[in-house]
Amino acid sequence: MRFSIYRYNPEADEKPRLQSYDIALEPTDRMLLDALVRIKARDDTLSFRRSCREGVCGSDAMNINGKNGLACVTRIADLKEPVEIRPLPGLPVVRDLIVDMSQFFKQYHSVKPYLVNNEPPPEKERLQSPEDREELDGLYECILCACCSTSCPSFWWNPDKFVGPAGLLQAYRFIADTRDQATNERLDDLEDPYRLFRCHSIMNCVEVCPKGLNPTRAIGKIKDLLVKRTV
Amino acid sequence: MVRREVVGAHYGLRDWLAQRITAVIMMVYTALIVSALIGVRHWDYWQWKALWQVPVVRYATLLFLVSLLLHAWIGMRNIFMDYIKDPGLRLALYVIVIGALVWYGVWSIQIVWSL
Repeated sequence: MRFSIYRYNPEADEKPRLQSYDIALEPTDRMLLDALVRIKARDDTLSFRRSCREGVCGSDAMNINGKNGLACVTRIADLKEPVEIRPLPGLPVVRDLIVDMSQFFKQYHSVKPYLVNNEPPPEKERLQSPEDREELDGLYECILCACCSTSCPSFWWNPDKFVGPAGLLQAYRFIADTRDQATNERLDDLEDPYRLFRCHSIMNCVEVCPKGLNPTRAIGKIKDLLVKRTV
Repeated sequence: MVRREVVGAHYGLRDWLAQRITAVIMMVYTALIVSALIGVRHWDYWQWKALWQVPVVRYATLLFLVSLLLHAWIGMRNIFMDYIKDPGLRLALYVIVIGALVWYGVWSIQIVWSL
């Protein structure tokens, strides 16, 4: 099978290039990550991140034939040849398919992604009704792979100011949590032309999410709450 | 001045909401005016003039114009926020766009009221 892979070592190379690989795959190679591991066995200078190899850790997010996705859950059979693999767009390249995610995590941290509750903790745990718990479905599953934020043009243009779809999905995850007591502060923090309102609902994030989540809907719910609070 | 990214202007909701409301106003106006234009078989100058003598048509057009200008302002500012990095240049572009939109507004009212 034919692959065309982005290669760049900022310390040695003047500019990035695409390198072609022709690899004979085994019948057991089902996912793109299997093929990448096979390529690395032949050319160990190729660098990429991977860990759980089953779509849980979010390490091997990359741009596959022009669309962001996780290599470990992308079926080889569905890919058109030559398979063009590039690093996630918009983030600085550390080497080959490895990008510097600092900016992404900085935005994630900025939404205070933890429960704020000033009441003394109960003996066992803070309980929720099943209905309240259901509100978190479609939010808590995010694995922070950055496929969504790096496919969002608003995040490309303003990664330092726009929280991005992943961060906003997480922000809504804590706004929607009935055990959290900082809803107003969270909404105050997000009511900003850059932090929230750079989202123009183009839904690239929804299209690429490997977990099938919908950040645009979460962002819409944040906006709904802001409207409800104001009018 | 310290080189630090600053965010937290705490506005944006009103503009976001206004963009949606003005869009609905423009949609309704467009539907009404198009159906009025289709309703009459043969337009001549006097019919056209008579249409614009009706106060409701004039004021509805004024409302449409205000919506259009507001909608355009929010849209243009969004584009500048997306693509123009330098705050000075961005502010200058805002001033130019506001100036142009006010100009167009006055000009449009003059045209509608002189019919």
